[in-house]
Amino acid sequence: MNYDVAVVGAGVVGSLIARELSRYNIKVALLEKCNDMAMGTSKANSAIVHAGFDAKPGTLKAKLNVEGTALMPELCKTLSVPFKPVGSLVVAFSDEEMETVKELLERGVANGVPGLEIYDQAKLREVEPAISDEAKGALWAPSAGIVCPYELTIAAAENAVVNGTEFIRNFAVEAIDYDGNEFTIKSADSSIKAKTVINAAGVYCDEIAALIGDNSIHTVPRKGEYMLCDKSIGGLAKHTIFQCPSKMGKGILVTPTVDGNLLIGPSALDIEDKDDVSTTAGTLAQVLETAKKSVPVLTTREVITSFAGLRAHCDRDDFIIEKSEKNDKFINVAGIESPGLSSAPAIALYVKDIVLGIIDGEEKADFNPVREEPVRFRHMSNEERKALIAKNPAYGRIICRCETITEGEILDAIHAPAGARDVDGVKRRTRAGMGRCQGGFCGSKVVELLARELGVEINQITKFGGDSKILYERTK
Amino acid sequence: MLNYDIVVIGGGPAGMAAALKAKECGVDSILILERAETLGGILEQCIHTGFGLQYFGEELSGPEYADRFIQQVFRQKIEYKTDTMALQVTEDNKVYAVNKTDGLLEIQAKAVILAMGCRERPRGALNIAGTRASGVMSAGTAQKYVNIDGYMPGKKVVILGSGDIGLIMARRMTLEGAKVECVCELMPYSSGLTRNIVQCLDDFNIPLYLSTTVIDIKGKDRVTGVTIASVDENRRPIPGTERDIECDTLLLSVGLIPENELTKNVGISLDRVTSGAIVDEYRETDHKGVFACGNVLHVHDLVDFVTQESQIAGEGAAKYVLGQKAEAEYITTKGVGAVRYIVPQKVNIKNEGDVKLFFRVGSSFKNATVKVSYNGQEIISRKRPRLAPGEMENVLIKNDMLKSFSKDGVIEITVEA
Repeated sequence: MNYDVAVVGAGVVGSLIARELSRYNIKVALLEKCNDMAMGTSKANSAIVHAGFDAKPGTLKAKLNVEGTALMPELCKTLSVPFKPVGSLVVAFSDEEMETVKELLERGVANGVPGLEIYDQAKLREVEPAISDEAKGALWAPSAGIVCPYELTIAAAENAVVNGTEFIRNFAVEAIDYDGNEFTIKSADSSIKAKTVINAAGVYCDEIAALIGDNSIHTVPRKGEYMLCDKSIGGLAKHTIFQCPSKMGKGILVTPTVDGNLLIGPSALDIEDKDDVSTTAGTLAQVLETAKKSVPVLTTREVITSFAGLRAHCDRDDFIIEKSEKNDKFINVAGIESPGLSSAPAIALYVKDIVLGIIDGEEKADFNPVREEPVRFRHMSNEERKALIAKNPAYGRIICRCETITEGEILDAIHAPAGARDVDGVKRRTRAGMGRCQGGFCGSKVVELLARELGVEINQITKFGGDSKILYERTK
Repeated sequence: MLNYDIVVIGGGPAGMAAALKAKECGVDSILILERAETLGGILEQCIHTGFGLQYFGEELSGPEYADRFIQQVFRQKIEYKTDTMALQVTEDNKVYAVNKTDGLLEIQAKAVILAMGCRERPRGALNIAGTRASGVMSAGTAQKYVNIDGYMPGKKVVILGSGDIGLIMARRMTLEGAKVECVCELMPYSSGLTRNIVQCLDDFNIPLYLSTTVIDIKGKDRVTGVTIASVDENRRPIPGTERDIECDTLLLSVGLIPENELTKNVGISLDRVTSGAIVDEYRETDHKGVFACGNVLHVHDLVDFVTQESQIAGEGAAKYVLGQKAEAEYITTKGVGAVRYIVPQKVNIKNEGDVKLFFRVGSSFKNATVKVSYNGQEIISRKRPRLAPGEMENVLIKNDMLKSFSKDGVIEITVEA
């Protein structure tokens, strides 16, 4: 197949770029090496929309963070993605840290961050009752918020597909040839052609760039481990609570999530293996210890799961969003670490402008920016539920009892544009299996539904593609 | 809106026994709500034997045990709805439920019996480090795959936790051709029944490693192995004792948690130790007309005891509906020392019958004495050859003794080695 643009990587950045390009009469392929979108950094991060006071003024990070954060509320509304403008606090525990907080305020003002304010101890205690007695004060940033990062990615990719983008999963790019006119992009068993390539491959950006001889990018996967706590203590933090930043990042945060859980993390450790998202007991214990500095009442009792994600840290210490020096039709979108999620909406616009400088594109009259909100049975009134089940009885059968997810919602997730193909895909789209029992009861039912709807044997269904199969052969 | 005297939430052994007893006591208008496709509950996937020795005096498989009650439900013409999920119990004992054929059901009940059972503790609650590879699941989930769906969830298996389901699945997976490498137990003792350790592990030469846990899970897509380590008396892994075991599956049998979401939402007080409701001797909660029984109240080892307890709740609900419940003057019960909990947590001294107090100990004893005291004064002392955390115990408080107590008194049970 021939495309105008091939986007390599269906993370939040790649998916939003594809969606932005799908406004134009440009043929776009969104290539993903995994069985689903949002399988790398985009599914395992702090889920924070940063206000934008961290990055050095004048950097791309500073510019795109503030712009992206400003775009986020409206974008989430259009794509029906949960977003909550909870605001953030950077807490200082000493006079020295109070100085840092003041520096952050100045930097934020230089970056154009709105509404920043220094809170003293009393005010901090008032707005965040669970905060440690040791906290001296904080920087308050009202424009910060929380978002569901994988839902944003899924929604963006779905909307791109509805507007003509082709989503090609299980396409791990192994070679890229250029004949002077167009690129041939090859996976192990197929290939496509494209006039331009956008490298949005996250921690693999360096390897994708190297395929055209561009060795300028040096990515270091920086692992962050997290713990997710039960909804019963979701209200413990009212805002995103940061500690003062260090060289390795923004430190350990305690934050509510859009689903009402409490998230603690991340650690920061540079590693070599780009697929290593394992957690370690020592690091998790350390994460909790550090988080307790902010919110002392935290314990392991309420932890329902832990996970790790990799940040695509680059040695240039800024986002790298530019044409490759090896080929000016190959655009690197590299080093998208924090505040990458916050910046993603602005990155998409920035990249769109670069692309339109390379190829001609006209806005389509029939572009539909809206992704309808999926049915959420658990959020409905009883009247709405009655009407829904009358229309489609599948919404009357509860599959996931912890999160109250119906068969109808799971079928919707499977049959969505670029829908779920595996158990984790259903989980990210519907929350089935994300509750207290973590799929203990509904896991097997989700497997059955996937097999039935995709027309395969149940032992063909995987947890997340590849060799992550769940069942072997039939019993004796 | 539908109207029933008693709505029973859960059609497993607890719900069925409670409904049948309530019917026997003279209540005709009863509805059982069951979320699965059939009545019977988790027993349907427990195809091994060992059920019914206490209650029927014979050894039955899970489905056979369940079937005896299912047939009774049919015979007694007790109404039930399967594939139906209860969503909410309201302040005034209205039950909202949902299914494909009726849509959203609104049912006004005079009494509600909670019999939702329990769920298994998942990996996340243990915070086991490692990858998120496929192949880690609870023993009960594996049991459903093997016994109901007919597929093997793995070939080379490590089991963490020596609870009964873990032990049963060690045997089951072995019989189906899998290699079970070992069963690891964090505690210095197994919480499973002795007969299960003998029949499921010893008979198949499957090693049981006590004071041992899994500290790492390896494998990117599918599990390729785990690291196990011995733990000290504080249950912390001891450095230097780590051992890698190759496997494709890790089954977890690390505890059961009563499923009390509906209970919590209606505002019923829960016992911190049992994670079930605080109840009186008829298993009535502190919400008038709402009763609880079976594993939703506290986790049982034997279904036979679930049946007995649920009959008590069924009788209580019937008495409540028929206006026969005695006026209440409660004393409370309290486990002391090794006695972790007692059910019921309170007893009405106006009750006309004897009352059995069920309790569980936190560690193993040989030739111990169970002592019951009332307001600090010893009233019962019983020798027990052995007591184990995995086996529920009980003492009987005779009615004449009950009659001698006065309101707000405290019964304590303790164990002396």
